[in-house]
Amino acid sequence: MEKLLTELKELFSNFILEQKEKDVPTIVCQREGFLKVVSFLKERGFKHLIDLCGVDYQGYKAEKISERFGVVYHFYNLEERLLLRVKVPVPEDDPWQYSLTSLWKTANWFERECYDMFGILFKGHPDLRRILMPEDWEGYPLRKDYPLFLSPEEEWKGYKEFLKQVRGER
Amino acid sequence: MGITGVVEVGEGVKQISGTPVFITPLDKVFNWARAGSLWPLTFGLACCAIEMMATGASHFDLDRFGIIFRASPRQADVIIIAGTVTKKMAPMVRRVYDQMPEPKYVIAMGSCACSGGVFRTYATVQGADEFLPVDVYIPGCPPRPEALIYGLLQLQEKIKNEKGRWGFWR
Repeated sequence: MEKLLTELKELFSNFILEQKEKDVPTIVCQREGFLKVVSFLKERGFKHLIDLCGVDYQGYKAEKISERFGVVYHFYNLEERLLLRVKVPVPEDDPWQYSLTSLWKTANWFERECYDMFGILFKGHPDLRRILMPEDWEGYPLRKDYPLFLSPEEEWKGYKEFLKQVRGER
Repeated sequence: MGITGVVEVGEGVKQISGTPVFITPLDKVFNWARAGSLWPLTFGLACCAIEMMATGASHFDLDRFGIIFRASPRQADVIIIAGTVTKKMAPMVRRVYDQMPEPKYVIAMGSCACSGGVFRTYATVQGADEFLPVDVYIPGCPPRPEALIYGLLQLQEKIKNEKGRWGFWR
């Protein structure tokens, strides 16, 4: 693992912002050049994309984070049993990230979920639609500034229509 | 042995003595039949469904009350709303309910189906009674099988006391 990390540092010094040894070896990678780093990792045996998720760092106090959003990837090397975390900061005013669907088919639904919950767009995704929320839902529920409970006025219109229909019947 | 008179053999049930002829209100016959063969719909939404399955399985054995789960709403009498109802799911729940033949009953099982439970959030229906006429509410998170059985027995009691819920002229 140490060897790989030093190699990464040498090869991609202009893309990799930070290397941390937390519970899992962590790399903070720039958005530009991210695909290069990841395809290098895939060649080096990290063939399994365990998970992919978005983070909203608004109001986060434990650490100083440069950008509001982030996308976190976990890669696993099945042969050498190594786990690696890759974090990519995503700015609030331009929330997009490169899609991994060309390298891992698994990324498809993960990225759709991330888009659904955080509104992070994935460039190169074949079918970027909402996956959990109804298709005509407004807003991105896992953002920190999204209200926990919607007042009747802000209610999803699909549900309002449904209630109207049901109560009209009864 | 000739006909000697009318003997009360049960509450509201009279027998013409010496004959196999019983006299009782039609209400009682229908209610007896309905209460004795409550067929719920095999329909679960969340963790309460696991408890519902446990209740139906051999240890708690709902069959001994004449309660047999049916896989089609066309054959079901009761729908047990077992779990959290999301706003996206609500129209489907309602559609399944609409497909059931009369007379039909609704049991709200668990805190979520009763009131939304801990999920006072943008995506959750605050109680199945927002869009369904609920007959029995069973609290608990999730309710134990005993509680569900008690709820079903309460529903049987309710059915036994119904009046005039039969016939197309009602």
